[in-house]
Amino acid sequence: MTDSSHILYLLAGAALFTMGLRVIYSKAALLHRIIAINVMGNGVFLVLITLAARTPGGQADPVPHALVLTGIVVSVCAVGLALTLADRYRKKSTDRQEDADL
Amino acid sequence: MSHHLIVGLILMVPLTAAMGAFALPRAGRWIGLAVMPALVMLNGWLALLLNGGELIQPVGGWPTPLGIQLRVDGLASLLLIASSVVGFLVSIHAFGYFGSYREAGQRNRLFWPLWFFLIASLNALFLSRDVFNLYVTLELNGFAAVALVAIAGERNALAASLRYLFVTLGGSLLYLMGVALLYGGTGTLDLALLAERISSEPYSYLALVLMTGGLLMKSALFPLHFWLPPAHASAPAPVSAMLSALVVKGSYYILLRLWFEAFSGIISTEAVQFLGLLGAAAVLWGSYQALLQDRLKLLVAYSTVAQIGYLFLLFPLAMTADIRSGILTGGLMFLISHALAKSAIFLAAGNIMRAAGHDRIRDLDGITHALPVSAFALGLGGISLVGLPPTAGFVGKWILLGEGLRQGQWWWVLVILAGSLLAAAYMTRVLVHAFTQANGSSVLAKISPGMEWSSFTLALLSLALGFAATGPAKLLETVFSKGSVL
Repeated sequence: MTDSSHILYLLAGAALFTMGLRVIYSKAALLHRIIAINVMGNGVFLVLITLAARTPGGQADPVPHALVLTGIVVSVCAVGLALTLADRYRKKSTDRQEDADL
Repeated sequence: MSHHLIVGLILMVPLTAAMGAFALPRAGRWIGLAVMPALVMLNGWLALLLNGGELIQPVGGWPTPLGIQLRVDGLASLLLIASSVVGFLVSIHAFGYFGSYREAGQRNRLFWPLWFFLIASLNALFLSRDVFNLYVTLELNGFAAVALVAIAGERNALAASLRYLFVTLGGSLLYLMGVALLYGGTGTLDLALLAERISSEPYSYLALVLMTGGLLMKSALFPLHFWLPPAHASAPAPVSAMLSALVVKGSYYILLRLWFEAFSGIISTEAVQFLGLLGAAAVLWGSYQALLQDRLKLLVAYSTVAQIGYLFLLFPLAMTADIRSGILTGGLMFLISHALAKSAIFLAAGNIMRAAGHDRIRDLDGITHALPVSAFALGLGGISLVGLPPTAGFVGKWILLGEGLRQGQWWWVLVILAGSLLAAAYMTRVLVHAFTQANGSSVLAKISPGMEWSSFTLALLSLALGFAATGPAKLLETVFSKGSVL
């Protein structure tokens, strides 16, 4: 890969990261914010994968790949926990008060 | 026993206990009573083996560039001991608080497995010296803490836990982006190697800002503290105690490691002054908010916001100190004394809330009559928070004050003094009501002796630690010493 395509991927990662960050700390609906966690995480993973491809000699660096795999496992757990909590929260709320105080 | 075995056990014992408590829910609270004292002993033993030095454990026998190291120095050892002692006493409280399998009810049965996961993740965090490993322990810690906040199952508790989850996940991902940048720039994740390889380039500053921002959010430093009071106030008493005492300090511990170890080569005086400034704002704002609260648990939670502020005054004072061990001892004495006093107060508040059915400060009159031991624990804990001699809180503040005056950074001295006055004011407000005689105060539920005395013992320990400051001082002698990269 050329250097300029690396920069494109890094910028895309940074963009996903910032977009996710913005929505997580917004007043958006619960499900939006949970999806934003995934978007933000994927931004980090994209940066890591790009860094892995940057090594000279064409051989990809395996360490960032291991980090991304671990990160994916962690983020699956995070989303599972978030969805469970959100579901319980909705069941305890009436339509009107939903998400109002989050 | 060799230290390799002990380090392994410190991680594996709580993990096994967690799975055991999950598989055998009826035995959960008994496992707690058996496992927690064992952890206290293991951590104490490790500190003895340490003897002022550092122990290194290459996991699986792989050396650093390839493998991941666990390392114990005085700082890690001290925090391990503090967390197991607090954890043990809080477990005794939880034993009575949640009761037997039948008494606990559907949801509260999940307390014990989650509790052991929380302890295991804290232990792993204190032992890790690899920025990615720290990320994983930070996430595990966050998940266990969020689930424990939600355990009550009420709408308020679920809302607080969701808010907490978003904060903790966003914070971890900010931190993880910093890790990615560091690896891209230096090719390593090990803290000691990072300290050697880091240089003043844009990526290192960006990584520092991202990681610090994420961790500040998780340590609830002003102005990122908004999530803490509802989360800590709506959790069950043993959970609030552990969250305020130790969980917020996990991310603070990583900040210490980053600022004084990995990034120590590129940190400027302005940066540490800025952190100190946020700390000072937290001290004043948190104390002021505590003064305004009507409910005891919220008051105690805002007091945590203020006390976290003090911990960040350590940064400007330690960065410019000639010898770091003295000031570090002061900061750590303060941290541990807060952990002991705050858990004592939260447990006492839990007892009061259960016995009286509410925690409105105005209506606490006569609670001393019903719960003398808990009220006494509340008083002792309060004295430690204010920092009156001979408590460990006093020793910690005294060292910070002395260092501030010696270095001519008098503005921090003013903040510490103002914070102590405000703490005296909000604690007095509680105690005046609690120690007022009242007729016919009704007690709704019986509080078991274990629940009262565990809280009292924690308060007593925060008092006693003031007399034993030399022990921690010896452990911290070589930590972060200037010039020598760990």
